[in-house]
Amino acid sequence: MSQPSSTPAADAADAAASAAPPADQQAQAGYRTVGDYRAEKPVMRARNVDVFYGENHAIQSVSLDIGLNEVIALIGPSGCGKSTFLRCLNRMNDTIESARVTGDITLYDEDIYAKQMDVVMLRARVGMVFQKPNPFPKSVYDNVAYGPRIHGLARDRAELDKIVQTSLERAGLWSEVKDRLEEPGTGLSGGQQQRLCIARTIAVSPEVILMDEPCSALDPIATARIEDLIDELKRQYAIVIVTHSMQQAARVSQRTAYFHLGKLIEVGDTDEIFTNPRHKLTEDYITGRFG
Amino acid sequence: MASSTLLIALIGLTAFAYFLGRQRAIVGVVAAKKGTRPFHSLPGYYGGYVALWCVLPALALFAIWHAVEPVVLRAAVVDALPADMQQLSEGRLGLVFNDVRNLVEGGVQLGEPDPTIAAAAERYSEVRQTSRRLLAGTVLVLGVATLGWAVRRVRPDFRARNRVEKSIEYLFVAASTVAILTTIGIFVSVLFEALRFFQQVSPFEFLFGLNWSPQTAIREDQVGSSGAFGAIPLFTGTLLISGIAMAVAAPVGLMSAIYLSEYASRRVRAWVKPLLELLAGIPTVVYGYFAALTVGPFLRGLGDSLGFEVASESALGAGLVMGIMIIPFVSSLSDDVINAVPQALRDGSYGLGATQSETIRQVILPAALPGIVGALLLAVSRAIGETMIVVMAAGLAANLTANPFEAVTTVTVQIVTLLVGDQEFDSAKTLAAFALGLVLFLVTLALNVIALRVVRHYREQYD
Ligand SMILES: Nc1ncnc2c1ncn2[C@@H]1O[C@H](COP(=O)(O)OP(=O)(O)OP(=O)(O)O)[C@@H](O)[C@H]1O
Ligand SMILES: [Mg+2]
Repeated sequence: MSQPSSTPAADAADAAASAAPPADQQAQAGYRTVGDYRAEKPVMRARNVDVFYGENHAIQSVSLDIGLNEVIALIGPSGCGKSTFLRCLNRMNDTIESARVTGDITLYDEDIYAKQMDVVMLRARVGMVFQKPNPFPKSVYDNVAYGPRIHGLARDRAELDKIVQTSLERAGLWSEVKDRLEEPGTGLSGGQQQRLCIARTIAVSPEVILMDEPCSALDPIATARIEDLIDELKRQYAIVIVTHSMQQAARVSQRTAYFHLGKLIEVGDTDEIFTNPRHKLTEDYITGRFG
Repeated sequence: MASSTLLIALIGLTAFAYFLGRQRAIVGVVAAKKGTRPFHSLPGYYGGYVALWCVLPALALFAIWHAVEPVVLRAAVVDALPADMQQLSEGRLGLVFNDVRNLVEGGVQLGEPDPTIAAAAERYSEVRQTSRRLLAGTVLVLGVATLGWAVRRVRPDFRARNRVEKSIEYLFVAASTVAILTTIGIFVSVLFEALRFFQQVSPFEFLFGLNWSPQTAIREDQVGSSGAFGAIPLFTGTLLISGIAMAVAAPVGLMSAIYLSEYASRRVRAWVKPLLELLAGIPTVVYGYFAALTVGPFLRGLGDSLGFEVASESALGAGLVMGIMIIPFVSSLSDDVINAVPQALRDGSYGLGATQSETIRQVILPAALPGIVGALLLAVSRAIGETMIVVMAAGLAANLTANPFEAVTTVTVQIVTLLVGDQEFDSAKTLAAFALGLVLFLVTLALNVIALRVVRHYREQYD
């Protein structure tokens, strides 16, 4: 870890003192992120992260904090590396043969790329919701119970029932599926499926939730429901959301990070970014002159 | 003119038709630049249209002619025969006609031909020559006529593209009809022969009899001339050997499929998959002697040292080797269906903190199940139909036993032994082969129906 400070308080003090990151960090990549990439109460910290897919340098020296009780939105044109960065945070990139990740990423000061890190447990702590709803070919109940079962979170059936019910309730799906828990999850509508996937993710009580364009396959009503849900979930979790919709980023997030061709161009409070972008590329993108 | 020459001429004519039609359209398009209407389709479609019209009617005529010709020839030959021979029975007449034809075609002959036969043969070849000349003439005239008619239709507003599209559809329909009709034809002929068998042996005895020894007399006075046609020993033998084979092939094949699709790196996969599929390419006769000469004695020796009685030709040996042979049927197909499981499902499972084997067991295999069931059923029907290994390694003795260390025999092996050697065509022994064939056919059909139902059931559930 290149940042020595570890307590939230010290970080906040740091943030007040200097808004910009130390220059040397990004000297190699030949650019500087505009704005403060640190969070008030950081849960995860990424420092100088580079990702390569074979020869393709998909993420270049990105540093960014994920804070508790806040939603951070990752925006940027297609192919700029938002998903790639997101997948670094729970090491989903491990499943891609050609991917190589360097730099430091910590979860509560624990290096997640360290040798002794248990990747399986990491993914239980850093949950992920995908762009396309991907319920398992199982019943609604079994979909939600999948994580608790493999992690042994419930001692008996009653406890499992409880977890399934609360997860579905928190995902705003309980009332719609409580009578069809035994039906296949794949038989739900797209929006219901996505909320099922969210319920499945929160059923294992993660600390961070990563969402990769969770609403891109949904209609405005389903989208609104999921946005409400995100708002609600933020009280307990740290949330990262990738989105192509500026309006959505503005509605649900407190901080916004703008990526461009693998570089983190600008990061800051959402209000600031959308009303007063400091970097030319950010301004072009959010005013619709790019992407 | 020989048929092949005629067909080559027809192909030439068709090519000519294509260029003519295309040319007419091209010329028309060039003219269109100077203010006339543009053509509806590309020139190639007009060429195709004219060519199809040229060749198809001619071909149809050719086919019909060849179907009708033998009847005409026969009538002509019978007409040429002396009156007393014309009075012969249908069957006798058929034999005479065969003699005549053999003489003309230069087939096998014994001694000098009978003068009446020679005369008839003369007549036969005469009539046939006329017929062929007539055929060549009419086919070519018809081709040219339809060509001319089609070429005249090449006009700007003529929708050649749609017409060609339609006829291509008919082509596919015709192809699938051929396949279906062949199947039906085989089934019907097997069915009829089997019915003849059941006139001699009761279906009840065949299906539930416990004793199989299909010796029937060729001469009336032969000893041991009464056969027993109880097929139960064959069914149990088939079941036993297929069961052993599946017990080997299903787990090994499935696990190698999982290894290949989930664990192996791309390089390993590129090597191992073709190697595994090579197993399917080895001729079964090679497996057969491997089973008979290597595995059989090995099992026997092993049994001896462990105190078992293992026959040197045993169901176990044949089943094991057959299992190895059908591994690729299971592994290759299962590998494909496992690969077809969307990456999103794997990601979803890994994203929840599942390990690789948890993901495979709880997400991937259930999702791939219909395909895997399909692969297994395919392997089963392969096992049931396999003959060579069993002939060589499991023996011919129709023992009714569930003991895998004894020799057994299967349905297909018995079909082979029934039909090898000199046979009377209507003896129960020969006809029994058809009855067994019918049973095989029905069992395979049932397996396929079950496979389809399983697949559909899961598809409804998971789509
Ligand atoms: N599995 C992969 N193998 C190789 N290259 C990849 C892979 N996934 C992504 N890339 C490359 O990495 C770069 C970043 O891709 P990424 O998916 O992170 O973009 P993104 O910002 O999420 O785009 P989008 O908004 O379209 O989802 C792209 O150039 C892409 O081609
Ligand atoms: Mg993406």
